[in-house]
Amino acid sequence: MKDPRDRTAPRAAPYAFVAPAVILFTLLVLVPVGYTLYLSFQKSQVSGLGLGAGARRQVFAGWSNYTSALADPAFDASLLRVLLYSVVLVPVMLGLALLFALLLDARRVGLQRFARISIFLPYSVPIVVASLLWGFLYLPTVSPFTTILGWFGLSMPDLFATHTVLFSVANIGVWGGTGFNMIVMYTALRAVPSELYEAARIDGASQLQVALRVKIPMIAPALVLTGVFSIIATLQVFNEPITLSPLTNTISPVWMPLMKVYDEAFTNNNIYAAAATSIAIAAGIFVLSYSLLRLSNRHIFEGR
Amino acid sequence: MKLSLGGRAAVMRSLIAAALVAVLAAGCSSSGSTSSSTASQKVKLSFWSWVPNLDKVVAIWNKAHPDIQVQVQVQAGGDAELTKLLTAAKAGNPPDVAQVEYQVLPTLVSSNYLADISKYAGSLKGGFPAGIWNQVTLGTSAVYGIPEDAAPMAFFYRADLFTKYHLTVPTTWAQFAADAKKLHAEAPGVYLGTFSSADPGEFAGLTQQAGAQWWSASGSSWKVSINSAASQKVASFWQSLVASGGVNNQPQWTAAWNKGMNDGHYIAWVSDVWAPGDLVSESASNAGKWTMTALPQWTAGASASGNWGGSSTAVMAASKHQQAAAEFATWLNTSPAATAALAAQGGIYPADIAAQATLAAGKPPAYFSNQPSFYSIAKQLAAGTSQVTWGPDVNVAYSEFTTAFGTATTSKGSFLTPLDQLQSTVLNDMKKSGFTVQAAG
Repeated sequence: MKDPRDRTAPRAAPYAFVAPAVILFTLLVLVPVGYTLYLSFQKSQVSGLGLGAGARRQVFAGWSNYTSALADPAFDASLLRVLLYSVVLVPVMLGLALLFALLLDARRVGLQRFARISIFLPYSVPIVVASLLWGFLYLPTVSPFTTILGWFGLSMPDLFATHTVLFSVANIGVWGGTGFNMIVMYTALRAVPSELYEAARIDGASQLQVALRVKIPMIAPALVLTGVFSIIATLQVFNEPITLSPLTNTISPVWMPLMKVYDEAFTNNNIYAAAATSIAIAAGIFVLSYSLLRLSNRHIFEGR
Repeated sequence: MKLSLGGRAAVMRSLIAAALVAVLAAGCSSSGSTSSSTASQKVKLSFWSWVPNLDKVVAIWNKAHPDIQVQVQVQAGGDAELTKLLTAAKAGNPPDVAQVEYQVLPTLVSSNYLADISKYAGSLKGGFPAGIWNQVTLGTSAVYGIPEDAAPMAFFYRADLFTKYHLTVPTTWAQFAADAKKLHAEAPGVYLGTFSSADPGEFAGLTQQAGAQWWSASGSSWKVSINSAASQKVASFWQSLVASGGVNNQPQWTAAWNKGMNDGHYIAWVSDVWAPGDLVSESASNAGKWTMTALPQWTAGASASGNWGGSSTAVMAASKHQQAAAEFATWLNTSPAATAALAAQGGIYPADIAAQATLAAGKPPAYFSNQPSFYSIAKQLAAGTSQVTWGPDVNVAYSEFTTAFGTATTSKGSFLTPLDQLQSTVLNDMKKSGFTVQAAG
């Protein structure tokens, strides 16, 4: 009877311990998600001119909010745009982060701490501030680059043109996100046992070979983690474009999927359409990140 | 110190108990305070507005009315406030009083968020221009707000730079186009203004001047005619100016636009009588250099103008003190002390006819010290402003304008395509919501 596993009578303590988490999860996640789901199947029905009390009722909408959201060409365009944004941003940002992490981890690099902090620093700048800062640099008439390029007889390219604006926004993401991912990878690199390096060096591996054959495979889990998180974060891009939107014609109020949600909810005053759009986006991101994790688990973590 | 397992559990248990007690106590006290607030004699009103220095105007009221204390909660601007107002009203805790732009009154009324204050303010009708009064009643017997400012559009120009570039101040749009062409030939990169996709209200006002009525109501049916011949005329006119380069295609209110307004790259501005309040910061270094005159006309000798913005003071339906709120709103917009302070402190051009006359007899705004007749010109412009009926989804139309015209201004392509897009988006939105609606031919 001394082994606690022998006890079959229900005990209150475990429930008491999980209760706060369960209650908070229910109140702060399940209930709002459930309410959003409910709203996404409702709509506001107006009669006549729609003025005066009682002219507007909330009625069941079926799938109509979903069908009209998905049939909206502006929303479809924003979905394609956010995928392209992710494809541009994630490899560049993670590539730079990995490069910096490997450089910092290599022996005999001077100014290590200074370099680490200065690469990390942009991450601590709030996104809205960073976006305004870059926005001012992009606007030709107020940008210092106009003057600097002018010294060499060059003119400032239009960074808010239809075909460049996506890269201009992605640049802000790279600038702000590289440092954080670098720290994650660098921390993973520090945890690799140094015997492995010694063994590789005795076998005659160069620094580059050590990096490619030992370090990168050893931190693969960290790379997958940062990759999945970065993809999820880029699909939710909102702050940068909404801050830059007033500065240019090329970023419309519905330029990215989450901006579409914001526009429906707060500009068009249609929370039902906003709820349906949110659910559609959340489902898409969930499926995408789940399959990415499955895929990478199979290739990287298998056999460990 | 190391706690035993039993000790830890005891500590946890008492912590949880303490937390529960705290939560329960907080719950009790908050429900207690809401129920007792109705019993207090002193009325407190919250007021959302974006007029600068409004607290100084409200201080005059608060001093005279110890029983009805108004607290101003400053908002960023009309659009930002509407967003918050719709959300707060939906959640059931809007302010008592809010400044609301005329064009969004129908949106709020159709959601039943505004109180009908006709029994407190119905008698004020004669004190305001008929066109403005019609905007706060929506043509019904109800009154949904007290008119605050009149917003007739006007033309602003830099007299010194017009002389420099040998331009004549345009009185017709044909002259405006000729000036734009001449200016572009003489100084490329200097503009007579910009066609801003960020400013649907400006374009709407310009089409009103040409005779467009985007919405109209007859019986229990709405009519939408955003892409009418009058709107098409205005759209094509600006399209050709943007394409030929006499008018820029960048949005207003950006750092780049400010710089242009300051350093003489923009030498004119199609704007509104509320411009002095903005020029102070947008074109800070040019006080005393801008001049206001009537908008160029489509027919020589006419005196038509449109509305760009303008707002009312509305009482929210959820307010528990509607009578006190209506009293305050009436005072703010009709008492000589308040309207004078609003004009002087907040740069508001009052809708109140008597206040307009008082201003016309007095001094111009400090920024327009060069133009002593500023307020008498404003009074004439206000008299010539066209009547307007706003539809119940102006917010949808304005958002679509930014998207559709953003693309068109960037590519310098046809402005008729986005105009048609605007019409169909608004029409579909209204049909989908269940409004009885038809497209006008």
